[in-house]
Amino acid sequence: MNEVNTEKKRILSVENLTVEYLSNKEVVRAVNDVSFSLNYGETIGLVGETGAGKTTIARSIMGILPVPPARVKAGQIYLDGTELLSLPEEEFQKIRGKRISMIFQDPMTALNPIMRVGKQISEVIQTHEGVSVSDADERAKEVLKMVGISSDRFREYPHQFSGGMKQRVVIAIALACEPDLLIADEPTTALDVTIQAQVLDMISELQHKRNSAMILITHDFGVVAKSCDKVGVVYGGQIVEFGTKAQIFKNPLHPYTQGLFDAIPQLTTDLDRLKPIFGAPPDPTNMPSGCFFAARCPYAEQACRANQIPAYQDGEGHICRCLKYGSMNQTGEQMSGGNHGKLD
Amino acid sequence: MGNLIEVSHLKKYFSTPKGMNHAVDDVSFSIAEGKTMGVVGESGCGKSTLGRTLIHLLEPTEGKIMMDGEDITFVNRQKMHEIRRKAQIIFQDPYSSLNPRMTVEATIQEPMRLSNQFNKQLLKEETDNIMEIVGIDSRMRKAYPHELDGGRRQRVGIARALAMHPKFIVCDEPVSALDVSIQAQILNLLQDLQKKQNLTYMFVTHDMSVVRHISDDICVMYLGQLVESSPVKELFQVQLHPYTKALLSAIPSTDIDNQPQRIKLKGELTSPINPKPGCRFASRCPYVCARCEQPQVLEEVLPNHFVSCCRAKELGGFEA
Repeated sequence: MNEVNTEKKRILSVENLTVEYLSNKEVVRAVNDVSFSLNYGETIGLVGETGAGKTTIARSIMGILPVPPARVKAGQIYLDGTELLSLPEEEFQKIRGKRISMIFQDPMTALNPIMRVGKQISEVIQTHEGVSVSDADERAKEVLKMVGISSDRFREYPHQFSGGMKQRVVIAIALACEPDLLIADEPTTALDVTIQAQVLDMISELQHKRNSAMILITHDFGVVAKSCDKVGVVYGGQIVEFGTKAQIFKNPLHPYTQGLFDAIPQLTTDLDRLKPIFGAPPDPTNMPSGCFFAARCPYAEQACRANQIPAYQDGEGHICRCLKYGSMNQTGEQMSGGNHGKLD
Repeated sequence: MGNLIEVSHLKKYFSTPKGMNHAVDDVSFSIAEGKTMGVVGESGCGKSTLGRTLIHLLEPTEGKIMMDGEDITFVNRQKMHEIRRKAQIIFQDPYSSLNPRMTVEATIQEPMRLSNQFNKQLLKEETDNIMEIVGIDSRMRKAYPHELDGGRRQRVGIARALAMHPKFIVCDEPVSALDVSIQAQILNLLQDLQKKQNLTYMFVTHDMSVVRHISDDICVMYLGQLVESSPVKELFQVQLHPYTKALLSAIPSTDIDNQPQRIKLKGELTSPINPKPGCRFASRCPYVCARCEQPQVLEEVLPNHFVSCCRAKELGGFEA
């Protein structure tokens, strides 16, 4: 696979990850053959609709899939060359919270309601840094200040904080041990726009300071445009399109990505009617044998429904799982230069 | 076209252990018949309380609400039934606003049954009619909410609101729980219904691109007060209140080459409990001055463009 920034050091690669949930007699195919990689200092955005499998991907990397019912059917995840999925739990505990940490979606449920917020931060530091309780508390106060909360509030409980401040506490816990990889699962969905902008600025500031990598999960293209370097579009548990921010925003190739862009009302252009994507996402217990998007796709043909769609890639690392794009790509109709062809 | 809704100096206070929470404080505006008024602001600014007070899900503390030329501020029980027929609401969360033990059909029929105006035959005809209008398959009539996806559930919520042919609907964040592809379907449906039935909407949301798409006029609220109102397109070009400027500059744009320069706000939020008489945005405002401690008056600075800020004219360059 050609990398645009070959000088950057790879931190994470996810290879052919496939995750299923087993519920009484049914198999929910949540993540299907997902591969991507990430360098130090980069932010990748995973976008897609509810149930697309974004959070399952995040939880797999974090090693917190509920097993059972979840089951990793295939694939590897490498962090700096170490394979994570086969790591024993005791070893994983040393990594989780220290080298990889996660900002959870809902600050109302991610915090322990009967534990002082300061203690929830110092607990992480104590666990990973092997320092005394009082030293951990001191460092937790520093982290609180860093996210813009006065250290006077160290001894308060979550219910005494507003939604935005609770989210900052969740971020403080994730950043307490200065992780190399930060996974942010819809970190600003519950927040207002002005607070959202503050939180995103704060995360990117801290990220630059440490040269950390980040996976940002969101369904808001505006947030992606503001914060990400690369974008993966997730549909039916697959990455259907992957590319740099400019590739995805200026030249979206997959009909699903194009549909998503068309469905959002714009701030700068006037439309009489929006263009929704008709139909509903595929049933994950009964996935089609061909393209997962075929049933909703305006360009779907017989061939789309027959077999799994491979991931096609152009010379600039723009990846798309679509036959229409693949055939164009091979005849060179749309793509200019580079090594066209199939990935894998 | 006349105004369907006229609100003047409306107040809604809640009593709390710490004092009076001024959730909606001295808000005045009007909505023309067949038009959509968007109400935006951050969570806790009182936009939902305002919507609920208008249709008497909450009782107003003070002020005046006129609907269709009639004063409906304080009403008796019988009058309330009349208002319910004219004014309805669509709730934010289609997961919790439907009774999980009622079928689609029963949910849509409930308002009609309560009105005692329908016999069995008529009830069935009307239900079929409404389900067709909002785009729910008739085979879904016996389905329960848990069997439906988010978009369909919200359609049931819309069908219930339409059952009594209201004139006015408060849409309280009707699409914020939905994915973008479904959101577009529901927004299109609401617009079609408005055209066909000449409905008047008050559309409460925190999503600026949605409000720009669907509204004719827009009100910006901050901590219970109306800080600015204008025709929607104009507000996105000219903002007179410093808060509106900051709010619009914080929206992340999907234009990757043209990210907005965000106005950063500092300072703490003022508490809505027993607030001081002055401007509530003063503690975070970059242009704060001594006059901001006085109560602010909503003033028409440009045609149909109102702002409640003593420095708006000066900052906007409309007067020295």
